[in-house]
Amino acid sequence: MNALTRFFRRLEGPQTLGRGPLFWLGFVVAVACAMAYPLVSDGYTVGNTVYFFTWIFMALGLCLIWGYGGSLSFGQTAFFGIAGYSYGILTINFGAAYGFTFIALVFAVMLAALFAALIGYFLFFGRISGVFLGIVTLSVTLVLERFMAQTAGPEWKIGSARLNGFNGMSNMPPLTLPWPGGDIVLFPDVELYYVVLAMLVVIYLALRILVNSRFGNVLVAIRENPERAEMLGYDIRKYQLGTFVIGAALAGLSGVLYTSWGQYITPSSMGMTAAALPIVWVAVGGRSDLTTTLIGTVTVLAVFQALTIHGSQYALVVMGAMLVLTVLLAPSGLIFALARLVARPFAKRQPGDV
Amino acid sequence: MDVGTLAFSALYQFGDAFAFLVLSACGLAVIFGMMGVINLAHGEFIMCGAYVTVSAAHAGVPLPLAILLGAVVSGLVGAVVEIVVIRHLYDRPLDTIVATWGLSLIGTQGTLILLGSTMAGVGTPFGSFSVGGYSYSVYRLVLFVMAVVVLGGLYALFNWTRFGVMARATIQVPHMAAALGVDTRLVYSLTFALGAGLAGLAGGLYAPTMTLVPTMGTTFIMEAFVTVVVGGADVFLGTAPAAALLAVVKATMTSWYGQLFGQIGLLVAVIIVIRVLPRGISGLLLRERA
Repeated sequence: MNALTRFFRRLEGPQTLGRGPLFWLGFVVAVACAMAYPLVSDGYTVGNTVYFFTWIFMALGLCLIWGYGGSLSFGQTAFFGIAGYSYGILTINFGAAYGFTFIALVFAVMLAALFAALIGYFLFFGRISGVFLGIVTLSVTLVLERFMAQTAGPEWKIGSARLNGFNGMSNMPPLTLPWPGGDIVLFPDVELYYVVLAMLVVIYLALRILVNSRFGNVLVAIRENPERAEMLGYDIRKYQLGTFVIGAALAGLSGVLYTSWGQYITPSSMGMTAAALPIVWVAVGGRSDLTTTLIGTVTVLAVFQALTIHGSQYALVVMGAMLVLTVLLAPSGLIFALARLVARPFAKRQPGDV
Repeated sequence: MDVGTLAFSALYQFGDAFAFLVLSACGLAVIFGMMGVINLAHGEFIMCGAYVTVSAAHAGVPLPLAILLGAVVSGLVGAVVEIVVIRHLYDRPLDTIVATWGLSLIGTQGTLILLGSTMAGVGTPFGSFSVGGYSYSVYRLVLFVMAVVVLGGLYALFNWTRFGVMARATIQVPHMAAALGVDTRLVYSLTFALGAGLAGLAGGLYAPTMTLVPTMGTTFIMEAFVTVVVGGADVFLGTAPAAALLAVVKATMTSWYGQLFGQIGLLVAVIIVIRVLPRGISGLLLRERA
């Protein structure tokens, strides 16, 4: 019991919204609802819901880099793509037996993290920050997209995996759980839903622990004032690099899950438009908190999906408008703006308030 | 192939790459250098210039005038964007990038909806000439000349005109300039419009050489970003030498391995340069001068 309370205490802190029994009761109810959802729905719809979930990891990673760390990375889709392609190449070559797909998942995510460490070393140790960080990471993504788009020829293959240029790679095996009495192949259905939901809960809680730890406090100190953090004796470059790598790994996880979900990955999943979408999800909800990012991402994705069904071509215009309006009218995110609006009549007036 | 032809070929490719880098970057560099704002909708202004140019050319306007028209229309759109969006975000540079990215999404997709996935282009004018059995496009030489003209024009504008003096005063100490009676808001609007207009000019100039699609802006922005990052905040001491340096990298890599490796070479070059010179070439030059 003592260990459990200590565990709960580490989940709460100054860097996250939501604390106390009420919040965690709500959390348990939300998870229970999510777990009961397949009971009241059919496999196909549940499979589509998983598609939403796969993106959330990338959003949480960007929330960590941008919202908590204050470094704007536009290159999250590069790591998404690297991990997605790596998963495809590994599983096409080595198959899905003996739970290899999960080993491939780990390798793919590690590759994305390694690439991020390499790029991040040059960026953060060159003390690149602010706008330049954004445009260099975006340039990396765009070049990677163009590189993958020209790999159509038969000479571009790794083992038996053709990269297939602009059309993308397909037919890699989905994630497969080794199970006594026959492997469970995780097609977009109820089984995959539970696996991804479990991953999501674990990663959400782990990130809460991370940002409320000493690491997270230093990270927020760097966001608020890099010089001050440095004067206090922290090597801010290492913290920024660490954050960048963790965020990239989460984007990589999204990439693997996406590839396994649709058994498909294309270069355009790294392009200019694809790279803008994570920014929209994170900015609209409220980038400075994990929970608001999570809620914002799910909401924006649901809106995007609904728009795509009803007027496919206008969905991106709406996304762009949403981004511009959020930045202009509610810079810290819609959820924070709404909360402030609701709380205003109840708030005590501080001396000095207008 | 003798040495002279080889030298000419190398020089031609260098000039081509230099013109592309200067023209695609100078609009972005003016806005960044003067206002500290990175305009991610830069590619969409280029596209706007290209579309207006080609539409005007189809309507019978002579090409040089059509290109000018493309630049002017882009500049006007830029002025509107500055007044409606950018003006409110000067104290939040990171948010400006995000907002302009939103505009870029709207621009690309809006064009796709309104004008369809492609537009009939105009042919490249002037034909070609040959040196040593290889043929070269005359228009590429025109583009190189235009790049030099644009750089010279910007130098003249910022150093010899009243607007230039006011603009430089505004970047150095905005509130002092305002106290001396400079309308700094107007200066910012005009500077943003100038940057957008230069982007439109680049689009207009390159419109005859490429296919017009709503995503054509992305062809330019990577090069523009890289040049601005390597160059740093000053257009003349930064963008021009950065373009010259990167043009060597790009032309060499392109002639050895092809277009894509030219871009990869640029990217590797920029990552190495920022590790060594975080403030770009102009940071290095200005620090030595100071």
